[in-house]
Amino acid sequence: MSDERKIRILVAKPGLDGHDRGAKVIASAFRDAGFEVIYTGLHQTPEMIVNAAVQEDVDVVAMSVLSGAHMTLFPRVKELLDESGADHVLLTGGGIIPEDDVAALEERGIGRLFGPGTPTTAAIEYVREWFAAQNTA
Amino acid sequence: MTPVEPLDTTTAELLERFRDGKIPGLARAISVVEGERSGFQSLLHTVMAGGPQAKRVGVTGPPGAGKSSLVAAAATSYRERDERVGVVAVDPTSPYSGGALLGDRIRMNDIAMDPGIFIRSMATRGSLGGLATTTKEVVDLMDGFGFPRVLIETVGVGQTELEITAAADTVVVVLVPESGDAIQAMKAGLMEIADIFVVNKADRPGSARLVKELRQALHLRAGSALKDIPAHHGVDLGQAMKKERTTDAPATEPEGWSVPVLTTNALTNDGVDKLLRTIDEHRSWLEESGQLEVRRRDRAEGRIRDVVNRELMRIAWRRDEVVDLLREGVEEIAGGEETPYSVARRIVEVLLR
Repeated sequence: MSDERKIRILVAKPGLDGHDRGAKVIASAFRDAGFEVIYTGLHQTPEMIVNAAVQEDVDVVAMSVLSGAHMTLFPRVKELLDESGADHVLLTGGGIIPEDDVAALEERGIGRLFGPGTPTTAAIEYVREWFAAQNTA
Repeated sequence: MTPVEPLDTTTAELLERFRDGKIPGLARAISVVEGERSGFQSLLHTVMAGGPQAKRVGVTGPPGAGKSSLVAAAATSYRERDERVGVVAVDPTSPYSGGALLGDRIRMNDIAMDPGIFIRSMATRGSLGGLATTTKEVVDLMDGFGFPRVLIETVGVGQTELEITAAADTVVVVLVPESGDAIQAMKAGLMEIADIFVVNKADRPGSARLVKELRQALHLRAGSALKDIPAHHGVDLGQAMKKERTTDAPATEPEGWSVPVLTTNALTNDGVDKLLRTIDEHRSWLEESGQLEVRRRDRAEGRIRDVVNRELMRIAWRRDEVVDLLREGVEEIAGGEETPYSVARRIVEVLLR
Protein backbone atom coordinates (compact mmCIF):
# COMPACT_ATOMS: atom_id res chain seq x y z
CA MET A 1 0.00 0.00 0.00
CA SER A 2 1.77 3.13 -1.12
CA ASP A 3 0.56 6.64 -0.53
CA GLU A 4 2.02 7.85 -3.78
CA ARG A 5 -0.65 8.13 -6.41
CA LYS A 6 -0.04 6.12 -9.59
CA ILE A 7 -0.01 8.00 -12.85
CA ARG A 8 -2.51 6.39 -15.24
CA ILE A 9 -1.86 7.04 -18.89
CA LEU A 10 -3.64 5.94 -22.06
CA VAL A 11 -1.30 5.33 -24.99
CA ALA A 12 -3.36 5.52 -28.15
CA LYS A 13 -2.73 4.99 -31.80
CA PRO A 14 -5.41 6.85 -33.75
CA GLY A 15 -6.14 6.77 -37.44
CA LEU A 16 -5.24 4.48 -40.22
CA ASP A 17 -1.48 4.18 -40.19
CA GLY A 18 -0.31 0.85 -38.83
CA HIS A 19 3.06 1.93 -37.48
CA ASP A 20 2.71 1.07 -33.83
CA ARG A 21 6.34 0.55 -32.90
CA GLY A 22 6.62 4.07 -31.48
CA ALA A 23 3.48 3.60 -29.42
CA LYS A 24 4.77 0.29 -28.06
CA VAL A 25 8.20 1.73 -27.24
CA ILE A 26 6.74 4.65 -25.34
CA ALA A 27 4.16 2.43 -23.63
CA SER A 28 6.95 0.16 -22.34
CA ALA A 29 9.02 3.15 -21.26
CA PHE A 30 6.09 4.59 -19.31
CA ARG A 31 5.52 1.22 -17.67
CA ASP A 32 9.18 1.02 -16.68
CA ALA A 33 8.86 4.51 -15.23
CA GLY A 34 6.22 3.14 -12.88
CA PHE A 35 3.12 4.40 -14.70
CA GLU A 36 0.00 2.35 -15.25
CA VAL A 37 -0.30 2.29 -19.02
CA ILE A 38 -3.49 1.38 -20.82
CA TYR A 39 -2.73 0.41 -24.39
CA THR A 40 -5.66 -0.10 -26.73
CA GLY A 41 -4.01 -1.11 -29.99
CA LEU A 42 -4.21 0.25 -33.52
CA HIS A 43 -6.82 2.12 -35.52
CA GLN A 44 -8.56 3.97 -32.73
CA THR A 45 -11.07 6.65 -33.54
CA PRO A 46 -11.05 9.84 -31.44
CA GLU A 47 -14.35 8.68 -29.96
CA MET A 48 -12.84 5.34 -28.90
CA ILE A 49 -9.85 7.08 -27.35
CA VAL A 50 -11.95 9.47 -25.30
CA ASN A 51 -14.37 6.73 -24.29
CA ALA A 52 -11.47 4.65 -22.97
CA ALA A 53 -9.88 7.68 -21.29
CA VAL A 54 -13.13 8.41 -19.42
CA GLN A 55 -13.80 4.81 -18.36
CA GLU A 56 -10.23 4.30 -17.23
CA ASP A 57 -10.13 7.71 -15.49
CA VAL A 58 -6.63 8.39 -16.82
CA ASP A 59 -4.54 11.43 -16.00
CA VAL A 60 -2.89 11.59 -19.41
CA VAL A 61 -3.66 10.63 -23.01
CA ALA A 62 -0.58 10.17 -25.19
CA MET A 63 -1.19 9.74 -28.92
CA SER A 64 1.23 8.58 -31.54
CA VAL A 65 0.43 10.05 -34.94
CA LEU A 66 2.58 9.31 -37.96
CA SER A 67 -0.03 9.70 -40.65
CA GLY A 68 0.08 13.47 -41.04
CA ALA A 69 -3.44 13.80 -39.68
CA HIS A 70 -2.27 15.40 -36.44
CA MET A 71 -3.97 18.75 -37.14
CA THR A 72 -7.30 16.93 -37.21
CA LEU A 73 -6.77 14.21 -34.61
CA PHE A 74 -5.31 16.17 -31.70
CA PRO A 75 -7.93 18.96 -31.72
CA ARG A 76 -10.74 16.46 -32.17
CA VAL A 77 -9.64 14.35 -29.20
CA LYS A 78 -9.15 17.50 -27.12
CA GLU A 79 -12.63 18.68 -28.04
CA LEU A 80 -14.21 15.33 -27.12
CA LEU A 81 -12.30 15.22 -23.83
CA ASP A 82 -13.61 18.65 -22.92
CA GLU A 83 -17.15 17.68 -23.89
CA SER A 84 -16.94 14.58 -21.70
CA GLY A 85 -15.96 16.60 -18.67
CA ALA A 86 -12.41 15.27 -18.90
CA ASP A 87 -10.78 18.66 -19.47
CA HIS A 88 -8.39 17.90 -16.59
CA VAL A 89 -6.73 15.24 -18.72
CA LEU A 90 -3.38 16.13 -20.31
CA LEU A 91 -3.35 15.41 -24.04
CA THR A 92 0.18 14.95 -25.30
CA GLY A 93 1.85 12.81 -27.91
CA GLY A 94 4.41 12.37 -30.58
CA GLY A 95 5.03 11.59 -34.20
CA ILE A 96 6.16 13.30 -37.32
CA ILE A 97 4.80 16.75 -36.69
CA PRO A 98 6.31 19.97 -38.15
CA GLU A 99 7.36 22.60 -35.61
CA ASP A 100 4.80 25.14 -36.81
CA ASP A 101 2.05 22.63 -36.26
CA VAL A 102 3.37 21.80 -32.79
CA ALA A 103 3.15 25.47 -31.89
CA ALA A 104 -0.32 25.79 -33.40
CA LEU A 105 -1.57 22.77 -31.48
CA GLU A 106 -0.07 23.96 -28.21
CA GLU A 107 -2.03 27.17 -28.69
CA ARG A 108 -5.18 25.13 -28.79
CA GLY A 109 -4.57 23.57 -25.40
CA ILE A 110 -2.67 20.47 -26.48
CA GLY A 111 0.33 19.51 -24.33
CA ARG A 112 3.88 19.10 -25.56
CA LEU A 113 4.40 16.98 -28.69
CA PHE A 114 7.58 15.04 -29.21
CA GLY A 115 9.29 14.42 -32.52
CA PRO A 116 11.45 11.56 -33.79
CA GLY A 117 14.64 10.97 -31.85
CA THR A 118 13.30 12.25 -28.54
CA PRO A 119 14.67 10.12 -25.71
CA THR A 120 11.79 8.42 -23.86
CA THR A 121 13.10 9.98 -20.66
CA ALA A 122 12.09 13.42 -21.95
CA ALA A 123 8.47 12.37 -22.30
CA ILE A 124 8.54 10.65 -18.90
CA GLU A 125 9.97 13.74 -17.20
CA TYR A 126 7.40 15.94 -18.90
CA VAL A 127 4.49 13.79 -17.69
CA ARG A 128 5.92 13.54 -14.18
CA GLU A 129 6.41 17.28 -13.88
CA TRP A 130 2.95 18.01 -15.23
CA PHE A 131 1.44 15.52 -12.79
CA ALA A 132 3.36 16.94 -9.82
CA ALA A 133 2.24 20.47 -10.73
CA GLN A 134 -1.39 19.33 -10.96
CA ASN A 135 -1.33 17.70 -7.59
CA THR A 136 0.34 20.45 -5.64
CA ALA A 137 -1.75 23.23 -7.14
CA MET B 1 -27.01 1.03 9.82
CA THR B 2 -23.80 2.02 11.58
CA PRO B 3 -22.21 4.94 9.75
CA VAL B 4 -18.56 4.60 8.76
CA GLU B 5 -17.33 8.17 8.78
CA PRO B 6 -18.94 11.48 7.86
CA LEU B 7 -19.04 12.19 4.12
CA ASP B 8 -16.73 14.98 3.05
CA THR B 9 -17.99 17.28 0.32
CA THR B 10 -15.85 15.81 -2.47
CA THR B 11 -17.11 12.32 -1.72
CA ALA B 12 -20.68 13.54 -1.41
CA GLU B 13 -20.46 15.24 -4.82
CA LEU B 14 -18.93 12.15 -6.33
CA LEU B 15 -21.68 10.03 -4.87
CA GLU B 16 -24.27 12.29 -6.43
CA ARG B 17 -22.75 11.93 -9.89
CA PHE B 18 -22.51 8.19 -9.32
CA ARG B 19 -26.17 7.95 -8.34
CA ASP B 20 -27.19 10.02 -11.36
CA GLY B 21 -25.72 7.27 -13.51
CA LYS B 22 -22.86 9.40 -14.85
CA ILE B 23 -20.10 7.24 -16.31
CA PRO B 24 -17.31 9.65 -15.23
CA GLY B 25 -18.74 9.41 -11.71
CA LEU B 26 -18.35 5.64 -11.76
CA ALA B 27 -14.87 5.94 -13.27
CA ARG B 28 -13.72 8.36 -10.58
CA ALA B 29 -15.33 6.32 -7.80
CA ILE B 30 -13.27 3.36 -8.98
CA SER B 31 -10.08 5.44 -8.81
CA VAL B 32 -10.92 6.59 -5.30
CA VAL B 33 -11.49 3.02 -4.14
CA GLU B 34 -8.51 1.64 -6.04
CA GLY B 35 -6.17 4.23 -4.56
CA GLU B 36 -7.85 3.95 -1.14
CA ARG B 37 -8.13 7.72 -1.24
CA SER B 38 -9.93 9.57 1.52
CA GLY B 39 -13.61 8.80 1.68
CA PHE B 40 -13.36 5.43 -0.04
CA GLN B 41 -14.85 3.53 2.87
CA SER B 42 -17.93 5.70 3.17
CA LEU B 43 -18.31 5.57 -0.59
CA LEU B 44 -18.35 1.77 -0.58
CA HIS B 45 -20.53 1.73 2.49
CA THR B 46 -23.16 3.85 0.76
CA VAL B 47 -23.00 2.04 -2.56
CA MET B 48 -23.15 -1.44 -1.04
CA ALA B 49 -26.11 -0.67 1.21
CA GLY B 50 -28.57 -2.44 -1.10
CA GLY B 51 -26.64 -5.71 -1.00
CA PRO B 52 -25.26 -7.53 -4.04
CA GLN B 53 -27.54 -7.65 -7.09
CA ALA B 54 -25.29 -8.29 -10.08
CA LYS B 55 -24.44 -11.69 -11.46
CA ARG B 56 -20.68 -11.91 -11.11
CA VAL B 57 -18.79 -14.16 -13.47
CA GLY B 58 -15.06 -14.70 -13.06
CA VAL B 59 -12.85 -15.76 -15.95
CA THR B 60 -9.45 -17.15 -15.10
CA GLY B 61 -6.75 -19.30 -16.68
CA PRO B 62 -3.14 -19.25 -17.84
CA PRO B 63 -1.66 -16.37 -19.89
CA GLY B 64 -2.67 -16.47 -23.54
CA ALA B 65 -5.63 -18.80 -23.01
CA GLY B 66 -7.91 -16.23 -24.59
CA LYS B 67 -9.57 -14.84 -21.48
CA SER B 68 -9.94 -11.31 -22.89
CA SER B 69 -11.30 -12.54 -26.21
CA LEU B 70 -13.74 -14.82 -24.43
CA VAL B 71 -14.86 -11.99 -22.14
CA ALA B 72 -15.37 -9.79 -25.22
CA ALA B 73 -17.37 -12.53 -26.96
CA ALA B 74 -19.48 -13.13 -23.85
CA ALA B 75 -20.10 -9.41 -23.36
CA THR B 76 -21.27 -9.15 -26.97
CA SER B 77 -23.75 -11.97 -26.44
CA TYR B 78 -25.03 -10.46 -23.20
CA ARG B 79 -25.61 -7.21 -25.06
CA GLU B 80 -27.66 -9.09 -27.64
CA ARG B 81 -29.83 -10.14 -24.71
CA ASP B 82 -29.99 -6.47 -23.75
CA GLU B 83 -28.03 -6.93 -20.53
CA ARG B 84 -25.67 -4.12 -19.56
CA VAL B 85 -22.23 -5.44 -18.75
CA GLY B 86 -19.43 -4.21 -16.53
CA VAL B 87 -15.98 -5.67 -17.16
CA VAL B 88 -13.00 -5.58 -14.80
CA ALA B 89 -9.78 -6.76 -16.42
CA VAL B 90 -6.71 -7.26 -14.27
CA ASP B 91 -3.12 -7.28 -15.52
CA PRO B 92 0.06 -7.57 -13.48
CA THR B 93 2.07 -4.75 -11.94
CA SER B 94 5.81 -5.07 -12.39
CA PRO B 95 7.41 -5.79 -9.02
CA TYR B 96 10.52 -3.98 -10.26
CA SER B 97 9.20 -0.67 -11.57
CA GLY B 98 5.75 -0.62 -10.01
CA GLY B 99 4.40 0.14 -13.48
CA ALA B 100 1.97 -1.91 -15.50
CA LEU B 101 0.99 -2.37 -19.13
CA LEU B 102 -2.74 -2.99 -19.24
CA GLY B 103 -3.59 -4.47 -22.61
CA ASP B 104 -6.88 -6.25 -22.17
CA ARG B 105 -8.79 -3.53 -24.01
CA ILE B 106 -6.96 -4.46 -27.22
CA ARG B 107 -9.16 -7.58 -27.46
CA MET B 108 -12.26 -5.62 -26.55
CA ASN B 109 -12.20 -2.85 -29.14
CA ASP B 110 -15.26 -4.18 -30.92
CA ILE B 111 -17.42 -3.73 -27.85
CA ALA B 112 -15.71 -0.72 -26.30
CA MET B 113 -17.99 1.90 -27.85
CA ASP B 114 -21.19 0.24 -26.72
CA PRO B 115 -22.68 2.55 -24.07
CA GLY B 116 -24.08 -0.54 -22.33
CA ILE B 117 -20.58 -1.81 -21.64
CA PHE B 118 -18.13 -0.37 -19.17
CA ILE B 119 -14.58 -1.70 -19.16
CA ARG B 120 -12.03 -0.94 -16.50
CA SER B 121 -8.43 -2.15 -16.46
CA MET B 122 -6.72 -2.69 -13.13
CA ALA B 123 -3.11 -3.36 -12.21
CA THR B 124 -2.48 -5.87 -9.44
CA ARG B 125 -0.37 -3.36 -7.45
CA GLY B 126 1.48 -6.04 -5.53
CA SER B 127 -1.45 -8.34 -4.84
CA LEU B 128 -0.63 -11.99 -5.58
CA GLY B 129 -4.00 -13.70 -5.80
CA GLY B 130 -4.67 -13.04 -9.50
CA LEU B 131 -6.73 -9.95 -8.73
CA ALA B 132 -5.83 -6.45 -7.58
CA THR B 133 -6.22 -5.67 -3.87
CA THR B 134 -9.44 -3.77 -4.55
CA THR B 135 -10.94 -5.69 -7.51
CA LYS B 136 -13.72 -7.05 -5.31
CA GLU B 137 -14.58 -3.53 -4.23
CA VAL B 138 -14.58 -2.30 -7.84
CA VAL B 139 -17.02 -5.08 -8.73
CA ASP B 140 -19.25 -3.84 -5.90
CA LEU B 141 -19.14 -0.36 -7.40
CA MET B 142 -20.20 -1.65 -10.82
CA ASP B 143 -22.95 -3.64 -9.12
CA GLY B 144 -24.10 -0.59 -7.18
CA PHE B 145 -24.00 1.49 -10.35
CA GLY B 146 -26.59 -0.84 -11.81
CA PHE B 147 -24.78 -3.29 -14.07
CA PRO B 148 -26.79 -6.53 -13.79
CA ARG B 149 -23.80 -8.52 -15.06
CA VAL B 150 -20.15 -8.08 -14.15
CA LEU B 151 -17.38 -10.04 -15.83
CA ILE B 152 -14.08 -10.26 -13.98
CA GLU B 153 -10.95 -11.25 -15.84
CA THR B 154 -7.96 -12.24 -13.72
CA VAL B 155 -4.32 -11.95 -14.65
CA GLY B 156 -2.90 -14.99 -16.41
CA VAL B 157 -2.68 -17.44 -13.55
CA GLY B 158 -0.52 -20.40 -12.70
CA GLN B 159 -1.52 -22.69 -9.89
CA THR B 160 -2.10 -20.62 -6.81
CA GLU B 161 -3.80 -17.39 -7.83
CA LEU B 162 -7.26 -18.36 -6.74
CA GLU B 163 -8.68 -15.21 -5.27
CA ILE B 164 -11.29 -15.03 -8.01
CA THR B 165 -13.50 -17.31 -5.92
CA ALA B 166 -13.81 -14.48 -3.43
CA ALA B 167 -15.06 -12.11 -6.13
CA ALA B 168 -17.30 -14.15 -8.43
CA ASP B 169 -20.47 -16.24 -8.11
CA THR B 170 -19.48 -18.40 -11.06
CA VAL B 171 -15.85 -19.17 -11.91
CA VAL B 172 -14.99 -20.11 -15.49
CA VAL B 173 -11.54 -21.64 -15.93
CA VAL B 174 -10.21 -21.25 -19.46
CA LEU B 175 -7.54 -23.61 -20.73
CA VAL B 176 -6.08 -24.22 -24.18
CA PRO B 177 -4.61 -27.39 -25.69
CA GLU B 178 -1.17 -25.87 -25.10
CA SER B 179 -1.83 -25.50 -21.36
CA GLY B 180 -0.43 -28.95 -20.75
CA ASP B 181 -2.21 -32.10 -19.73
CA ALA B 182 -4.89 -32.30 -17.10
CA ILE B 183 -2.31 -33.27 -14.50
CA GLN B 184 -1.31 -29.63 -14.49
CA ALA B 185 -4.84 -28.65 -13.65
CA MET B 186 -5.17 -31.45 -11.10
CA LYS B 187 -2.12 -30.50 -9.07
CA ALA B 188 -4.05 -27.99 -7.07
CA GLY B 189 -6.13 -24.98 -7.36
CA LEU B 190 -7.70 -24.55 -10.77
CA MET B 191 -9.41 -27.93 -10.56
CA GLU B 192 -10.95 -27.01 -7.26
CA ILE B 193 -12.19 -23.54 -8.13
CA ALA B 194 -13.79 -24.20 -11.52
CA ASP B 195 -17.56 -24.13 -11.78
CA ILE B 196 -17.19 -24.46 -15.53
CA PHE B 197 -14.18 -25.55 -17.58
CA VAL B 198 -13.67 -24.14 -21.04
CA VAL B 199 -11.15 -25.46 -23.52
CA ASN B 200 -10.67 -22.45 -25.78
CA LYS B 201 -9.01 -22.44 -29.20
CA ALA B 202 -10.72 -25.79 -29.57
CA ASP B 203 -9.87 -25.95 -33.29
CA ARG B 204 -6.27 -26.69 -32.37
CA PRO B 205 -4.83 -30.16 -32.11
CA GLY B 206 -4.96 -31.72 -28.68
CA SER B 207 -8.19 -30.12 -27.57
CA ALA B 208 -10.24 -33.33 -27.65
CA ARG B 209 -7.59 -35.05 -25.57
CA LEU B 210 -7.56 -32.24 -23.01
CA VAL B 211 -11.36 -32.31 -22.76
CA LYS B 212 -11.27 -36.06 -22.12
CA GLU B 213 -8.52 -35.76 -19.53
CA LEU B 214 -10.32 -32.97 -17.74
CA ARG B 215 -13.52 -35.00 -17.61
CA GLN B 216 -11.62 -37.97 -16.20
CA ALA B 217 -9.92 -35.79 -13.63
CA LEU B 218 -13.29 -34.38 -12.62
CA HIS B 219 -14.66 -37.90 -12.24
CA LEU B 220 -11.67 -38.76 -10.07
CA ARG B 221 -12.55 -35.91 -7.81
CA ALA B 222 -16.13 -37.02 -7.64
CA GLY B 223 -15.12 -40.60 -6.93
CA SER B 224 -16.48 -42.07 -10.14
CA ALA B 225 -13.34 -42.39 -12.20
CA LEU B 226 -14.31 -45.71 -13.71
CA LYS B 227 -17.54 -44.51 -15.20
CA ASP B 228 -16.40 -43.90 -18.77
CA ILE B 229 -13.82 -46.64 -18.98
CA PRO B 230 -14.92 -49.44 -21.28
CA ALA B 231 -14.89 -53.11 -20.26
CA HIS B 232 -11.35 -54.36 -19.87
CA HIS B 233 -10.27 -58.03 -19.76
CA GLY B 234 -13.91 -58.94 -19.79
CA VAL B 235 -14.69 -57.03 -16.62
CA ASP B 236 -16.56 -53.78 -16.81
CA LEU B 237 -15.10 -52.03 -13.80
CA GLY B 238 -17.76 -49.39 -13.81
CA GLN B 239 -20.42 -52.11 -13.53
CA ALA B 240 -18.43 -54.27 -11.12
CA MET B 241 -18.03 -51.45 -8.67
CA LYS B 242 -21.55 -50.21 -9.05
CA LYS B 243 -23.17 -52.13 -6.26
CA GLU B 244 -20.67 -50.82 -3.80
CA ARG B 245 -21.70 -47.28 -4.44
CA THR B 246 -25.05 -46.00 -3.36
CA THR B 247 -25.33 -43.33 -6.03
CA ASP B 248 -24.09 -43.22 -9.56
CA ALA B 249 -23.48 -39.50 -9.61
CA PRO B 250 -21.27 -38.21 -12.40
CA ALA B 251 -18.58 -35.63 -11.68
CA THR B 252 -20.57 -33.82 -9.09
CA GLU B 253 -19.65 -31.40 -6.41
CA PRO B 254 -20.80 -32.59 -3.02
CA GLU B 255 -23.62 -30.06 -3.28
CA GLY B 256 -24.80 -31.32 -6.65
CA TRP B 257 -23.31 -29.25 -9.47
CA SER B 258 -21.48 -31.31 -12.05
CA VAL B 259 -18.62 -29.27 -13.46
CA PRO B 260 -18.99 -29.29 -17.24
CA VAL B 261 -16.13 -29.17 -19.72
CA LEU B 262 -17.03 -27.02 -22.74
CA THR B 263 -15.16 -26.09 -25.88
CA THR B 264 -15.07 -22.65 -27.46
CA ASN B 265 -13.36 -20.67 -30.13
CA ALA B 266 -13.64 -17.10 -28.92
CA LEU B 267 -12.58 -15.60 -32.23
CA THR B 268 -15.25 -17.36 -34.30
CA ASN B 269 -17.76 -17.32 -31.45
CA ASP B 270 -18.15 -21.10 -31.57
CA GLY B 271 -19.45 -22.47 -28.30
CA VAL B 272 -19.96 -19.05 -26.70
CA ASP B 273 -23.76 -19.36 -26.62
CA LYS B 274 -23.45 -22.75 -24.97
CA LEU B 275 -21.07 -21.23 -22.42
CA LEU B 276 -23.58 -18.48 -21.61
CA ARG B 277 -26.37 -21.01 -21.24
CA THR B 278 -24.20 -23.03 -18.88
CA ILE B 279 -23.40 -19.92 -16.83
CA ASP B 280 -27.17 -19.35 -16.57
CA GLU B 281 -27.68 -22.95 -15.49
CA HIS B 282 -25.01 -22.57 -12.84
CA ARG B 283 -26.76 -19.42 -11.69
CA SER B 284 -30.07 -21.26 -11.31
CA TRP B 285 -28.32 -24.00 -9.41
CA LEU B 286 -26.67 -21.44 -7.10
CA GLU B 287 -30.02 -19.89 -6.33
CA GLU B 288 -32.00 -23.10 -5.94
CA SER B 289 -29.43 -24.96 -3.87
CA GLY B 290 -28.84 -22.08 -1.51
CA GLN B 291 -25.18 -21.95 -2.56
CA LEU B 292 -25.49 -18.34 -3.69
CA GLU B 293 -26.39 -17.37 -0.16
CA VAL B 294 -23.53 -19.47 1.20
CA ARG B 295 -21.05 -17.86 -1.18
CA ARG B 296 -22.29 -14.37 -0.43
CA ARG B 297 -21.97 -14.99 3.29
CA ASP B 298 -18.44 -16.30 2.83
CA ARG B 299 -17.60 -13.22 0.81
CA ALA B 300 -19.05 -10.92 3.43
CA GLU B 301 -17.07 -12.66 6.13
CA GLY B 302 -13.88 -12.46 4.10
CA ARG B 303 -14.44 -8.79 3.41
CA ILE B 304 -14.98 -7.95 7.07
CA ARG B 305 -11.78 -9.77 7.97
CA ASP B 306 -9.88 -7.94 5.19
CA VAL B 307 -11.11 -4.53 6.22
CA VAL B 308 -10.39 -5.16 9.90
CA ASN B 309 -6.92 -6.53 9.10
CA ARG B 310 -6.04 -3.55 6.95
CA GLU B 311 -7.41 -1.11 9.49
CA LEU B 312 -5.54 -2.75 12.37
CA MET B 313 -2.32 -2.71 10.39
CA ARG B 314 -2.76 0.95 9.65
CA ILE B 315 -3.49 1.72 13.29
CA ALA B 316 -0.53 -0.32 14.49
CA TRP B 317 2.18 1.06 12.26
CA ARG B 318 0.95 4.62 12.53
CA ARG B 319 1.81 4.70 16.25
CA ASP B 320 5.21 6.24 16.96
CA GLU B 321 5.62 4.05 20.00
CA VAL B 322 5.28 0.93 17.86
CA VAL B 323 7.66 2.19 15.22
CA ASP B 324 10.20 3.02 17.97
CA LEU B 325 9.90 -0.49 19.40
CA LEU B 326 10.42 -1.86 15.89
CA ARG B 327 13.60 0.13 15.37
CA GLU B 328 14.98 -0.72 18.83
CA GLY B 329 14.07 -4.34 18.26
CA VAL B 330 16.06 -4.50 15.03
CA GLU B 331 19.15 -3.26 16.90
CA GLU B 332 18.62 -5.69 19.76
CA ILE B 333 18.25 -8.58 17.36
CA ALA B 334 21.49 -7.54 15.64
CA GLY B 335 23.14 -7.48 19.08
CA GLY B 336 21.89 -10.96 19.82
CA GLU B 337 19.78 -9.80 22.78
CA GLU B 338 16.35 -10.44 21.30
CA THR B 339 14.62 -12.42 18.55
CA PRO B 340 11.85 -11.22 16.19
CA TYR B 341 9.42 -13.15 18.35
CA SER B 342 10.25 -11.40 21.61
CA VAL B 343 10.17 -8.01 19.89
CA ALA B 344 6.82 -8.79 18.27
CA ARG B 345 5.48 -9.90 21.63
CA ARG B 346 6.42 -6.53 23.15
CA ILE B 347 4.78 -4.63 20.30
CA VAL B 348 1.54 -6.61 20.58
CA GLU B 349 1.51 -6.03 24.33
CA VAL B 350 1.80 -2.30 23.77
CA LEU B 351 -1.03 -2.40 21.25
CA LEU B 352 -3.31 -4.29 23.60
CA ARG B 353 -2.57 -2.14 26.58
